[in-house]
Order: sequence, then structure tokens, then C-alpha cells
Amino acid sequence: MAMVPILDVKGLTKIFGDGCHLCSQSTGPEYETNVCRHCGSIVACSDVSFKLYPGEILGIVGESGSGKSTVVKLLHFDWDATSGEVFIQSTSMDKSININGKNLFARSPYQKRQIRNLFMGIVYQNPHLGLRMDVSSGGNIAERLITANWRSIAMMRGRASELLEKTEIPVERMDEPPANFSGGMQQRVQIAKALSNNPLILFLDEVTTGLDVSVQARVLDLIRNLQSELNLSMIIVSHDLGVIRLLTKRTIVMKYGRIVEAGLTDQILEDPQHPYTQLLVSSQL
Amino acid sequence: MKFREWLDAQEHRRQKTEAGREYNGYNFAFIDEGAKKEIRRKILKAVAIPGYQVPFGSRELPIARGWGTGGIQITLSVIGPDDVLKVIDQGCDGSVNAVNIKKFVSAVTGVKTTTDTLEAAVIQTRHRIPEERMTEGQILVLQVPYPEALRTVEPSELETRRMHGEADYSRMWLYLFEDIVKFKEISIGARYPVMVNGRYIMDPSPIPRWDIPKLNMAEALFLFGAGREKRIYAIPPYTKVEPLEFDDFKFRVEDFKGASCMRCGKKDTFLDEIIDDATGSRTYLCSDTGHCDKVLEQNGDGGTCGH
Repeated sequence: MAMVPILDVKGLTKIFGDGCHLCSQSTGPEYETNVCRHCGSIVACSDVSFKLYPGEILGIVGESGSGKSTVVKLLHFDWDATSGEVFIQSTSMDKSININGKNLFARSPYQKRQIRNLFMGIVYQNPHLGLRMDVSSGGNIAERLITANWRSIAMMRGRASELLEKTEIPVERMDEPPANFSGGMQQRVQIAKALSNNPLILFLDEVTTGLDVSVQARVLDLIRNLQSELNLSMIIVSHDLGVIRLLTKRTIVMKYGRIVEAGLTDQILEDPQHPYTQLLVSSQL
Repeated sequence: MKFREWLDAQEHRRQKTEAGREYNGYNFAFIDEGAKKEIRRKILKAVAIPGYQVPFGSRELPIARGWGTGGIQITLSVIGPDDVLKVIDQGCDGSVNAVNIKKFVSAVTGVKTTTDTLEAAVIQTRHRIPEERMTEGQILVLQVPYPEALRTVEPSELETRRMHGEADYSRMWLYLFEDIVKFKEISIGARYPVMVNGRYIMDPSPIPRWDIPKLNMAEALFLFGAGREKRIYAIPPYTKVEPLEFDDFKFRVEDFKGASCMRCGKKDTFLDEIIDDATGSRTYLCSDTGHCDKVLEQNGDGGTCGH
């Protein structure tokens, strides 16, 4: 039996600006630009299609401005896609809404938020995007639980301390705001928050960028342990090939908003086919 | 009365209005008929969508914005010549705000005024709901300073409208959660947020927690007017109104620890605390003066409320 992808992305496109019918033809790796020369719009990503299978970790690599974060932000409904379709295939019965076989971009904002709260978790590069810095760490986690209709303080605090323990934050610091924490700790609180609703899919957007190397290692260890423990499906966005090599099975290489190469991580890193990927691999420090 | 006769009576009344003598030279109820019509339409919309804030064109009045102009415009729009009006300010019939609004409305409508909750057709109030349970057909008009319950957690109007539209209320709940974590109880005294009809979170205006249960499944119609913020909202009769509460931290009304009103002796009313500066001793008085008077009258003491 063929495996059913948990996330199926088809023709994802995001254009910033008015856009014209020549946008996708006049941008991309062969033109070495994101900017449409006819109308000046920025084509952040164009015709990106891929599948994510249950329990799999998929990596997206590329240089700054290649559209890798755009893809994640579109899939998390942070931004509205210009065109494209996304499907989530959920096998779990405990989630209260049926989303199988329907394009999620066509849903109402209200439904999108429901879907996001039930099925997705996200960890941003900048903890300020994912956390409320003036609210206690426990409160940050509780916010997601409240959205999932939890209404017991004791149960929410119990769940928060359980998650913070899992992400190696001292439970006695639960009532402190993340603003008091170091960068690595903030990142781990973000991960705890993302995990609070037992998501099917976890998006990690440059989670280790900007952390020092020893802290990076702890965060990566944590992600790997969580994946094996919870069997999460993840999309990891990074420009750090070390992170990609360590965590992912399959990788997508992006440049100027297009997928230039996709395949098994080992294959891509050992035997890159596309000139850009070759450059990327050879330029590693 | 037959319908035709009723219509003639209305017409007769209108002609008298046009003479303008009865109402100190102003149109009946001060505001012009077109404006009244608009406000009534907005009230109807507010009643149709319980708890939803309907924007309206707030008119100029001979008092400043922020002094109850939202409430006055609603009162002027719904009141009829045969109605009886009661106005209270924090429960008191005799305070400056209440007296002046009462004088103004009766000067431009000629309606009778009262201090008896059950006798009044329309009651305009600032920050209290009368102790006596209002009945079907009565209207309570509340003056609202800040109509947006979510303003505590979100400064942007655009964002709060989106939050209402998508019923995205997690941040309000989070605010209560943080309150409990910090203080071991919900520290909101007045303006306790309520969920109306299971859909909209609504600011009940700065009434004390004591009055919140009176909103639920009430027989009377509640109209809320915010003149400065230009919003009208409503709770129609027999609507479910629940204060936000957690399973293990329930909503509680104020506890006066057995204190009683020094005037009428009641223990089951909302009490104002009065501290004697000289001795430091505490005494309590009913906040609802009309009710206090009534209790005294029934006890045979008589007299009007002195505070």
C-alpha cells in the first residue's frame, strides 16, 4: 500500500505586489532574480510542490531570500498564498474537524485558525514572533490550550509544566516571562508552546540560527528526541547544512523562490546535481 | 384602542410636537426625528445580534462626551411621552449626573420621573443595575465609557474587530489566566467581561461583579450606549450571559462579610463602604438608594434617601 502523505502542497505561489502574467516567467534561478522586470512585483515563491509523509522530517535549504521561510509562513496561514493548494490528511480521530481532501487555502480565516490550532505547531527564528514576552511562560503555553477549549487552570498548568520539563526548562521558572530567559531557553519555550496541542505537523523556521554552538546542539538534540518520542512530522527550514544533515531524511533546495533540487538528504549532500546545490555544499566552512 | 384610533392619536401627538411649545422650543426628545430613526435602527440591529457593537452616528448634545451621552441618546430615541423615567448614577437617584440627565430629558419630553425601579418604563443608569429585578417591557439603558472588552489586551481597533469576527478570544482568557497566576484570583472589580449568547465577549460597562448575574436570562431589555466611542450594543430579554470563568476558578460576586446597610439594615444588596476619617471606622450604605427608600417605607420609616 502506498503511503498517504500527511501534507500535500501543490503549486504554492506567493507574489508581493500587484503581479502580472509574466511574473513567474521572468523570475527564477535562470534569470537570477526574484523581481519581475515587467511589473516590479517580488515573486517570493513560485510553483512549489512537495509531499510530507507521516513521521518524516523534511528539510528546506537555500540562501537568504530564496523563499524557504515564505513556504512555511504560507503553510502556517501566517500569510495568504497568491495561488496554490494544500491538503492535510489526518488519520487521528480525536481532532474535531474533518479536513481530509479539501484545499485548506480556500477555508475561512476562522477555519484556518482552527486547523492551525489543532494540527500545526511552529517555532520561529525570532522568539518574539512565537511568544508573548510579557506573559508568563506557563501562560504562553496555556494560550494554545485555551484555544483548544481547555478551561481548567490546574490542568493547563500541569500540561505546561510537563512540556517545560520535556524541553528542559526548570519548572519553578514557569511563572516568569520569557523576556527573563536566555535565547536558547526562549527557543525551548517556543518548542514547548508549539507542542502543547499535540500537533501533527511541526514547522521549524531557522530555530538554531543566532544561538551559540553548544546551545544549538542542545536544541537540535531536543528536536531529535521529541521526533523519535512523538513521531512528529516536521518541516525544518535552515541555511545550515549541518542541521539538515543531522535531522532530515529528505531535503528540498530552493533558490529565487523555486525548488531547484529535491531528494534524499544524503544524496543531495554527497552528490549534488544542480550547480547551486554544488556551490552550497562546497562552500560549507 | 383600534389601530386606526391609535394612529390618529400618534398623529395628534406629532402635531403637538411640531408646535414645539411643550418641549421648550425643541423637537420632542431633543434629537431630530431622522437621527432618532437612525439610532433606533442601530438599536434593532444590536438587539438582533446580542453583544455585537453596532457603530452609530453619535450626535451633539448639550453635555460633553463622556458624561453619559451614549445612554442619553438611546433614552431620547426610545422614550415616549407617556413613559416614566428613572435615572441613577452608581445606584443613586440624587447624584449630580443622574439629576441633570433627569432634568434634561423631562424638559425636552415632558415625561414623569420616578425613583421606583418597577414603576419606570426606561431606566438610565451609570455603573449599576437596580437591586429589584426588572420585568418584561422595561428598558435599562447603560452608559458605557469603553465599549470594547478586548481593549485591555489589544490596542488596535482593526485587530479587535477581527478577533470578534473570528471569535478569537484566547487572549482575553489568557489575561484572566495570568491574573490568577499572579494574584490567585481574578482581580477585575468592575467591567467584568461576559460572554453573550455563547458568541460575543462583551463589556457590561463598569458595573460591579455583583450585578453581572442580573444580566443572565433577564426579563428586561438592556441597551448599552457609548457616545464618545460611538457604539451601541444590547442584551435582549432571555439571553444567556455568562461571566468568563475557569472550571477551577469560578466567577464570584463581591463579599461584604455579613455587613448590612446602616440605614435600611439589608444584607443582600450591593453596599458602599464609608470610612470615617476621624475614627477609621467602617459603615455601609445601600448603593441603590431607590431600593433603600422603598425598604424603609415598607418598614414604616418613610423619608427620602439623604446620601
